[in-house]
Amino acid sequence: MSSTTLDGTALSPVPSVDAVASAVKRRSKPALMWRALRRDKAAVISIGVLLVLALVSVFAPLIAPYDPLEGDATQRLEGIGTAGHLLGLDGQGRDILSRLIHGGRYSLTVAVLPVLVAGPIALLIGMSAGYFGGRVGDAVMRVLDVLFAFPVVLLAIAIAAVLGPGLLNVMLAIGITMVPYMARVVYTATVQESAKEYVEAARAAGATQGQILRQQLLPNVLSPLVVYGTSLCGLMIVLAAGLSFLGVGVTPPAPDWGVMTSDGRSVLLEGYGHVATIPGIVILVAALAFNLIGDGVRDALDPHKQTS
Amino acid sequence: MAGYLLRRLGGMVLVLLGVSLLVFLIMQLVPGDPARTLLGPTATAEAIAAVRQDLGLNQPLVNQYLDYLGGLLRGDLNNSLVMAQPVTEIVFPKLGNTIILAAGALVICLVVGVPLGVLAATRQYSLFDRGAMFLSLAGASVPVYWAALVAISIFALQLGWLPTSGMYDVRNPGGFGDLLLHLVLPAATAAVVPTAVIARLTRSVMVEALQQDHIRMLRANGVSERQIVWRHALRNALPPIVNIVGLQVGYLLGGVIFIEVVFSWPGLGGQLYTSITANDMPIIQAGVLFIAVVFVVVNLVADIVVALLDPRTREAVR
Repeated sequence: MSSTTLDGTALSPVPSVDAVASAVKRRSKPALMWRALRRDKAAVISIGVLLVLALVSVFAPLIAPYDPLEGDATQRLEGIGTAGHLLGLDGQGRDILSRLIHGGRYSLTVAVLPVLVAGPIALLIGMSAGYFGGRVGDAVMRVLDVLFAFPVVLLAIAIAAVLGPGLLNVMLAIGITMVPYMARVVYTATVQESAKEYVEAARAAGATQGQILRQQLLPNVLSPLVVYGTSLCGLMIVLAAGLSFLGVGVTPPAPDWGVMTSDGRSVLLEGYGHVATIPGIVILVAALAFNLIGDGVRDALDPHKQTS
Repeated sequence: MAGYLLRRLGGMVLVLLGVSLLVFLIMQLVPGDPARTLLGPTATAEAIAAVRQDLGLNQPLVNQYLDYLGGLLRGDLNNSLVMAQPVTEIVFPKLGNTIILAAGALVICLVVGVPLGVLAATRQYSLFDRGAMFLSLAGASVPVYWAALVAISIFALQLGWLPTSGMYDVRNPGGFGDLLLHLVLPAATAAVVPTAVIARLTRSVMVEALQQDHIRMLRANGVSERQIVWRHALRNALPPIVNIVGLQVGYLLGGVIFIEVVFSWPGLGGQLYTSITANDMPIIQAGVLFIAVVFVVVNLVADIVVALLDPRTREAVR
């Protein structure tokens, strides 16, 4: 093999696999990345926004002023700024702010958890297809090609429709839809990285396949996946709420943001716009925050954009 | 070029076969018995058995798939379980309406997205650039169903400029003008996300194109900045833009489900939604399949356009 050009015996004493590798490869250190990211004001604000949303969701029962499911029929559809109800009430007289606060538990989980679970699966598929290549790798990518023939939204809706509504089923639908896209990102990165010198060097120094995959490729393949996954979370917040909006996701009366938007749709035509508009704005803000962080992380990892 | 075309067409046939298999398999996972859905809850066990026999549901899965594939090729997709009509008669007119909506949205995407990206690239890091890019990131994060509701609330209910729903006026259906009037809001809302994505990509490829040596050369030769940007640089930036536009058509075809539901647009997406609620599997199967076919064909066309624009890509395939 071509490893003779970098034969370990030429160097004496024979260096450890790690010594050779760390001399050649560039590793994306989280600390370095954070330093670059910290300069990106939009990303920092976004992280703050998401932290607040997450904390509010976790402590929802302590924070929410009213029960998210109990309505007061006498006050139904009262608008923004009603005494005691900052964001008004919906068609069943439920406090919109309280529903929003509880809703984060559904809407954030349903979007983020599937991406976190799909990540390792995509790593496994993409890295093995990309590193070992050959007929199996080819076959895997052909199967993924078939999945790419379906628009994301359509595939998610079809799977969710087949599985039926419910919290677990939405997450399953979103996760299944995401795996091929994340796997392709990993696959491309793996193919690119495998051809680089540090992998060759590690191989020459006697690293096993497993060591190369775990110690050399994984850290370098991980960063594009993290960038992609972060932006994906933004997309998935919108999509997951969309599935609930269509009635194939989280089931009412759960205060999912998509369910709330859907609740507002029927009263919108009667002139009560706030019921549908407010949850939509929250979805938009959460999605935008993820996208801004995604952008920031990408720039932070991009060596061309780093200024001294 | 002929060889490239043949290879791509062959690849497309394989993908479409895979698509038909996947759609078939997904529908097998559906809980419930189609024969029971067809006959209703009062049906006797014998009647259900007879219908199962009739639909070929007792045969091995492989035979069922081959039957399904054969039917597809003959243009026979069985009858709807809910409406007593062949699936094709329901799905094809609706697909046409969906394509009208998607085409309208695509026009908006191209007319707004590409120039926005080009202008931002020529003014890199200016206030305009930053503003446009923040707006497009926000645009890419917009939930379409929400945008549709907001658009109805503002432009149809409060301002009364445009109709809230439908494709033609119910009482007085007009011609093309009436269609256009009904198309504006749905198409504009459907276009928000793809326009934003196209603008962002256009900006980044244009920034790169403008930094190339031959552009500097043209500048040194005194070619006007307008010619440089819109003719020379944009031409080089075009292949990735064409590719992303092809992909955004996929987004449009999926996203129109929300738009069609909210605007009651009589398209395939709205039909899919109705059929999902009614558990009408043959329609769902056909609808998903046709949208995938349109998407695959659009992407093939986009790839061919790219190959025409940039001969290098022809060799890169496989």
